[in-house]
Amino acid sequence: MSSQAPVLELRGIDKSFGPVQVLHNVAFSAYAGEVTALVGDNGAGKSTLVKCIGGIHPYDSGEYYFEGNRVQVNSPRDAAALGVEIVYQDLALCDNLDIVQNMFLGRERKSGLVLDEATMEEMAAKTLAGLSVRTVKSLRQHVSSLSGGQRQTVAIAKAVLWNSKVVILDEPTAALGVAQTAQVLELVRQLADKGLAVVLISHNMNDVFAVSDRIAALYLGRMAAQVKASEVTHSQVVELITSGRSGELGLKNGAAT
Amino acid sequence: MSTQTLPPKTEAPVIVREYVDRVRGGDLGALPAVLGLVVLTVVFSAFQPIFFSPGNFANLLTQGAVYVVIAMGLIFVLLLGEIDLSAGFTSGVCAAVLAITLTNMGWPWYASVVAAMITGAVIGLVLGTLVAKIGIPSFVVTLAAFIAFQGVVLLLLKQGTNISVRDPTIVAIANRNLPPWLGWLMAAVTVAGYAAVQLAQARNRARRGLPTTPPLLLAARVGGLALVVGLVVYVLNLDRGRAVVLQGVPIVVPVILVLFLIWTFVLRRTAFGRHIYAVGGNAEAARRAGISVDRIKIACFVICSFMASIGGIIAASRANSVDPNTGGSNVLLFAVGAAVIGGTSLFGGKGRALDAILGGAVVAMIENGMGLLGYGAGQKLVVTGLVLLLAASVDALSRKRAAATGHR
Ligand SMILES: Nc1ncnc2c1ncn2[C@@H]1O[C@H](COP(=O)(O)OP(=O)(O)O)[C@@H](O)[C@H]1O
Ligand SMILES: [Mg+2]
Repeated sequence: MSSQAPVLELRGIDKSFGPVQVLHNVAFSAYAGEVTALVGDNGAGKSTLVKCIGGIHPYDSGEYYFEGNRVQVNSPRDAAALGVEIVYQDLALCDNLDIVQNMFLGRERKSGLVLDEATMEEMAAKTLAGLSVRTVKSLRQHVSSLSGGQRQTVAIAKAVLWNSKVVILDEPTAALGVAQTAQVLELVRQLADKGLAVVLISHNMNDVFAVSDRIAALYLGRMAAQVKASEVTHSQVVELITSGRSGELGLKNGAAT
Repeated sequence: MSTQTLPPKTEAPVIVREYVDRVRGGDLGALPAVLGLVVLTVVFSAFQPIFFSPGNFANLLTQGAVYVVIAMGLIFVLLLGEIDLSAGFTSGVCAAVLAITLTNMGWPWYASVVAAMITGAVIGLVLGTLVAKIGIPSFVVTLAAFIAFQGVVLLLLKQGTNISVRDPTIVAIANRNLPPWLGWLMAAVTVAGYAAVQLAQARNRARRGLPTTPPLLLAARVGGLALVVGLVVYVLNLDRGRAVVLQGVPIVVPVILVLFLIWTFVLRRTAFGRHIYAVGGNAEAARRAGISVDRIKIACFVICSFMASIGGIIAASRANSVDPNTGGSNVLLFAVGAAVIGGTSLFGGKGRALDAILGGAVVAMIENGMGLLGYGAGQKLVVTGLVLLLAASVDALSRKRAAATGHR
């Protein structure tokens, strides 16, 4: 565990949808080898923040640093080029494509003009094996025929396929059963132990404390606090989520400590 | 079973079981169209023996060619979950451009063909841009175009005079045949090419330890193709003339074959094709994967209208002329019907170039067979409309079933 410089750092991010300002002056950091939990009530702006990081939504103002350098991320391709991969809350898989096709979507391997299916299938198999995934029957089955946990796994495998440096998972366990949740959390921890910066969005305090090194709490679009997991208790985090403050921690008159 | 311990070879019974599972799960593939072809052939032949003659078979092919070609283009738009109601009259406009430049202005045939094709591509560019960039529903854009192009054809043809097309090359497309030896050569190259591609693929996969199609199934596929292609060429090479010898594969057949190979390659083997399926399956996922959804949409409309222009050229060739009705009346209905009957989904994300050929054959058979049985245009239209409705129901029901069983 280290307190080196963050891989990914955001400062002063503002984001509005029309007249509604969803993010206010948000600062956020993610560190290599650590799991940073991003928590907050429904509608706090977690998914929006993630989409700003992923280049899906342009942010109105603020600064985006990657490995210490100021960068511009205007499209999903920009984020991917930096090594930032996002597993979206709605997974963003194409039901009519198979596992391999989904994992390489938008970044297909080609030899000349032609898709190199064999190489893609090989790489997909290796990645899934590396994640100790044993539940899919064939890599060529359509994603629509997979269970919720399997779909989640494919989405995660898609994110780690590309020597990524930052992997962000938006509520990956929300729709899963107990066993599948445990599997996904184990996967999350594995990724961080491999040296990636992992951001985990979750509502479940047990999940958050089980795997996170740091916790960042969003409250009504403002970053209430970003703290080490070892330095706070469950109830403090719950307070941060529900009221934006907890004792010394949190927002004071709209400003973060 | 785990990914690591998958056997390198999938056994034949497994493939059969998987196919049955897929059909049960609502993915019918080519099944309805093939069944339709068999039933129609049996019924029409029983009531009208001429239906089952080499002469009529050749007739069927040239009759269906226009629908097949337009349907093949429509599939690209349907794959997106969009529609092009103007494809029929687009073919009419392009045919008019062909006839005017060829007959009235005396251009060489190839220049006229290029002019017609460019007209098609530009129409597609405009339609696609209106749909993708302005965001007008394709139904409305192409309904407007459907009406406007009808007028454009009238204007081009000076209030409905018909322009004859006499250029021997253009006329040959739908009216002349390949010499028998060339037909056989084409058949041999097709089958050998298919076998070579399949074998190379299987080899490559086996070398990398990936699951491969069992050799038996490969052999069955190649053998099946050889049988069908051989039979078709054999029948078409029989003398079907009354007074003079008339034999050989109609020239439209290799034209369709080439178009089919090109578009199948594009859809199945290129990133562009993959992105079309992705946009049709989940446009938001495609966007997040960095795919330019707008550009894919525009490209598909361009391909659709471009194929309509080729359909128009074939129609002009077949009729030896262009009139205000070229590409009109039932052409669009038949082309959409062909795509859907062939197995292309109206909901987007599912369809192949092959669907146009299978479905086009069904549509052409209905038109041709009912004509031979003495039914008029009225009955033919009603039946074709009903068959389209039936195909759309199969599409919708299999989609429901797929959702229920967790497929597609
Ligand atoms: N595309 C959008 N257009 C308009 N408002 C949006 C959009 N996306 C999210 N919002 C709004 O932004 C707020 C934050 O949403 P979101 O980021 O999804 O919250 P969370 O993921 O924390 O539950 C909500 O009030 C939501 O309604
Ligand atoms: Mg959310």
